[in-house]
Amino acid sequence: MIITFDWLKDHLKTNLKEKNLLEQLTNIGLEVESVESLSADSQLFKVAEIIKTEKHPNADRLKVCDVNIGKNEIKKVVCGAENAKEGLLTIYAPPGAIIPKTKTKLVVAKIRGVTSYGMLCSESELNLSDESDGITELTEEFRNNIGKSYFSKSKSNLIDLSITPNRPDCLGIRGIARDLAASGFGKLVDLEEKKIYSKNKHTLKVKINKEKGQGCTAFGSCLITNVKNSESPKWLKDKLISIGQKPISAIVDITNYVMLDINRPLHAYDVDKIEKGIIVRNSQSGEEFTALDNKNYKLENGMCVISDNKGVLGLGGIIGGTRSSTEFNTKNVLLESAYFQPGSIRDTAKKLNLDTDAKFRFERGIDPLSIENGLNKAAKLIKKICGGEISKIDIQKIETYKTKKITFDPNIFEKISGFKISLKEMIKILEDLGFEVKKDKKRLKLTVPSWRPDISQEVDIVEELVRISGYEKIKYIEPIKKRKKSTLNKFQKLFHFLQRSVASKGYLEAITWSFTDKRYNDYFRDKKREIKIINPISSELGVLRNSIFSNLIMHTNKNLDRGFKDLSVFEIGPIFNGSNPGEQNTVVCGLTAGKKSRLSWIEKDRNIDVFDVKRDVVQTLVEAGYDSEKFFIDSETPNYYHPGKSGRLFLDNRKGQVAAYFGEIHPNILKQIDMKTESLVGFEIFMDNLRMSEKTLNDLKAEFSFSDYQKSERDFAFIVNKEVNAQDLIVSILSVDKSLVKDVKVFDVYEGDNIPENQKSIAISVTIQSSEKTLNEDDLEKINNLIIKTVENKTGAKIRS
Amino acid sequence: MSDLKKIKDEFFSKLSEKLDISEINQIKSELFGKSGLISTQFKKIGSIEVSERKKFASDLNIIKDELQDLISSKINEVESAEINKKLEKEKIDITLPERSFVRGKIHPVSQTIDEISSIFSEIGFSVEEGPDVENEYNNFTALNTPENHPARDMHDTFYLDEKKQKLLRTHTSPVQIRTMLKDKPPFKIIAPGRTYRSDSDQTHSPMFHQVEGLHIDKNINMGHLKGCLNYFIKEFFEVDEIKMRFRPSHFPFTEPSAEVDIGYEMKDGKIIIGEGNQWLEVLGCGMVHPNVLKNVKVDPTKFQGYAFGIGIDRLAMLKYGINDLRAFFDCDYRWLNHFGFDPLDVPTNYRGLSR
Repeated sequence: MIITFDWLKDHLKTNLKEKNLLEQLTNIGLEVESVESLSADSQLFKVAEIIKTEKHPNADRLKVCDVNIGKNEIKKVVCGAENAKEGLLTIYAPPGAIIPKTKTKLVVAKIRGVTSYGMLCSESELNLSDESDGITELTEEFRNNIGKSYFSKSKSNLIDLSITPNRPDCLGIRGIARDLAASGFGKLVDLEEKKIYSKNKHTLKVKINKEKGQGCTAFGSCLITNVKNSESPKWLKDKLISIGQKPISAIVDITNYVMLDINRPLHAYDVDKIEKGIIVRNSQSGEEFTALDNKNYKLENGMCVISDNKGVLGLGGIIGGTRSSTEFNTKNVLLESAYFQPGSIRDTAKKLNLDTDAKFRFERGIDPLSIENGLNKAAKLIKKICGGEISKIDIQKIETYKTKKITFDPNIFEKISGFKISLKEMIKILEDLGFEVKKDKKRLKLTVPSWRPDISQEVDIVEELVRISGYEKIKYIEPIKKRKKSTLNKFQKLFHFLQRSVASKGYLEAITWSFTDKRYNDYFRDKKREIKIINPISSELGVLRNSIFSNLIMHTNKNLDRGFKDLSVFEIGPIFNGSNPGEQNTVVCGLTAGKKSRLSWIEKDRNIDVFDVKRDVVQTLVEAGYDSEKFFIDSETPNYYHPGKSGRLFLDNRKGQVAAYFGEIHPNILKQIDMKTESLVGFEIFMDNLRMSEKTLNDLKAEFSFSDYQKSERDFAFIVNKEVNAQDLIVSILSVDKSLVKDVKVFDVYEGDNIPENQKSIAISVTIQSSEKTLNEDDLEKINNLIIKTVENKTGAKIRS
Repeated sequence: MSDLKKIKDEFFSKLSEKLDISEINQIKSELFGKSGLISTQFKKIGSIEVSERKKFASDLNIIKDELQDLISSKINEVESAEINKKLEKEKIDITLPERSFVRGKIHPVSQTIDEISSIFSEIGFSVEEGPDVENEYNNFTALNTPENHPARDMHDTFYLDEKKQKLLRTHTSPVQIRTMLKDKPPFKIIAPGRTYRSDSDQTHSPMFHQVEGLHIDKNINMGHLKGCLNYFIKEFFEVDEIKMRFRPSHFPFTEPSAEVDIGYEMKDGKIIIGEGNQWLEVLGCGMVHPNVLKNVKVDPTKFQGYAFGIGIDRLAMLKYGINDLRAFFDCDYRWLNHFGFDPLDVPTNYRGLSR
């Protein structure tokens, strides 16, 4: 909402300065978004006439115009507008002027070889309207103003307020003045509009259809006959221009002025274009009309339309139609002042994607008791400026406004705000805001002003009182440093731990969007369902991610393009399995590309491989408190991993839910996204599948015990079928005698010469130690034989002799 | 002069020469070999007169010890000289680079969340979380934002179905609803997390982070709200004093509502938080609306309290001098390395939030 201090002074008597005003507006909740000085700069925009146009020698769409900017000065301006033609009155901006819309400063510039001295402006460039097709067309009346500033000299700055959606009353200057006056910033001027006493009959029949979902509950109107529509008088034009609105004609300007001044939207019809009477009704699917924005709208069922016998005239409370619009030759006017239901307005506007000043106000709630006052004010102005006769006012209603009453317990104020104000002060504030206040024992009986749809209960009254008294009166109460519940639960602690554990292994933490490109998502979707966003910001961000890899790989590729070769990134965050709340999992996902020890003088370089990520996964889980001796690993992995070089990890051999996947990313994916790196491996740890123990890590630790008896290390080499896993051998050996087998290490794997085809040799070192005695050769021999026998029986291996 | 004395003098003198290890060994065997001088003397003990035997044996042992000590110290001396000579040849260029070590980093948003959690932990808040995909009821209706309310325009929402029942949460406030439905008052929680709005330009990202705060108890008033946020902002920016302004605003789920600005000034292109004449909006807050409490079956005549919502990314930008919000989610290796934190830097209140 744009206001000026000057306009505010129509409603507010005050000696205070603009600086105080800006502070006070913000203090009472009418936030000042920006203050724009119009006065100095706007004077540069001049009324001018195009006296000649020529085709630009080097560009088909451009014209070179000679522009008369007054005082016998002619400027050459290059212009691309189709409507630029000889004799057109328009607005000229010289070099040095700052274009209000783009905030760019004009300079003398060569456009395709022709020097242009300034610019001819469209309405949208001047923030006069959204009209950006062509340059501003001014009426003949401006001919006498050639060379003069288009904007009148105003001492007032443009103040842009951010009005919260609960305050429709402040979408009119008077509402803002009322709030300011209540807060002690000046005195509200009494502007009671006198009623129209007319003997002329209202001869146009108006009817509101009583039907389901009727969006209009009251329709007030009067006729003004034999008017002579014209340009608005200077004071009115200046007023509209002062807040950046474009004057059109007296009748339209007056309705706009009343809307901005007292927040009462009105609409003026040319009565002679209406067939018989007005019917306010629900639209039927397929009905069409052309609105004042010159666009044709196809309507659905149930939209609130103003119509006559011939069809739709306009969308009630949103936009009028061209068929019944007033023009300079309009003789008879019907002035509408109605009440439209906010919900109905919003529905219709959303469906048609329409936004207008009237819509913005009606959807927030217009004062239902302002119908008559609006008609009085506007009709009298029309009569004064355009002449004519005003008829009696007719108000059709299908619902009567009921005043809202609230019983307010003054003690609630301190209970919520934490500070005190006197009852007297409360009453004064509320009365200044327009409440009727009656004392009833210890309570206040309040009648809520009709322009405040936001107020319905006691807490709303508290808000008004705190707001007007000033938020600075609220005390600071120091918080108490006491904790009754632990800050993080087990899951959150694990999250925190895994995050820092993975980072400590050389991965940079990334945070990427929860949505992604469908193409990338498909590479990593596996068997999951695709979850579409129905209104994405772009088609490349159209689905929720089923895996974090999609984003990580996309960004890793970009980083490779930036010239990085060896990269490790990870993200901990959600992946989605469905579109219902809760159908998501927390995953730690890491991706590593390139080599280890690239360009090292001391170590030989090698490609990153699956055992690097396996270490990171296993070590991270071990650090988080899981026992790696129990881990069970197999090779069943989703299709985005290399089928031979990837694994799946369970916390124990009962399998259950997958704790993690790790492996090389499938080479086909790299090929399809044109990713160039020596090696790309990744992992996913599924946090929701990690068992959360009731016990603390401390409780879980086994009792501390150790043996000082001598250790023996024995080496074995087994020949096994290729499909047999090292894990099977290790598990078999460990199962032999837990009290004696202390450690098992694979120190060599070999295939090739001397080993039968389809077999391999696995060399294992076993540490044997008793906690009861030093083992002698006999003991060791026994356990050796047992190990060999067990491994051979369980895995089909043969000891290599 | 006795034989013993002679042996001693002779060999002390020999051993004072510069000798190599074989020469020392030669001397050693001359003395202690099978028929060495000292060994021979020992064999003589039996044939010496009883009256002198004791003294002789004692003298012999002393001389034996002295000579042995001297020889072993001489060997040590020569050996260490030889080692030193050998080490001299092993000298390397110690200015060559060390073996590589790759450091990982924690994202500034994660670090900031941990800082925030640490601060609120001190004053008794615990952390709650909720899903990123929400239903329309938890995100809007339960928060006193009915359908067709213009306040919904303030949130450009991503929807997952045509009926607009499922959406990506536009704020972390639905966690309030979930928490209050699940448990009984009092409530004292913060809820950090991802939030989404279909808005994308220089200062808006379609995904960003918020932390919600909620404190509901019997007599929690606006003074507690002001005190809590003042405490938080001071702790977060690690300053003793902060210029702060509460101004009235509107959110459907709080009444009265406020927006909070903090004072700042620009010095040498850097933002200084806490003083100065400029105001910067950092958060929205208010007293939880009775309608919200009713929606979650909490009796508003018995319980009341405050809620707030803070943009985490924005706080991180202010504290760590990051200019571009979009860069947070761009995963640029250089950016992550520059603005990331060492994983060992866990924010704590005893060691301080940041180094």
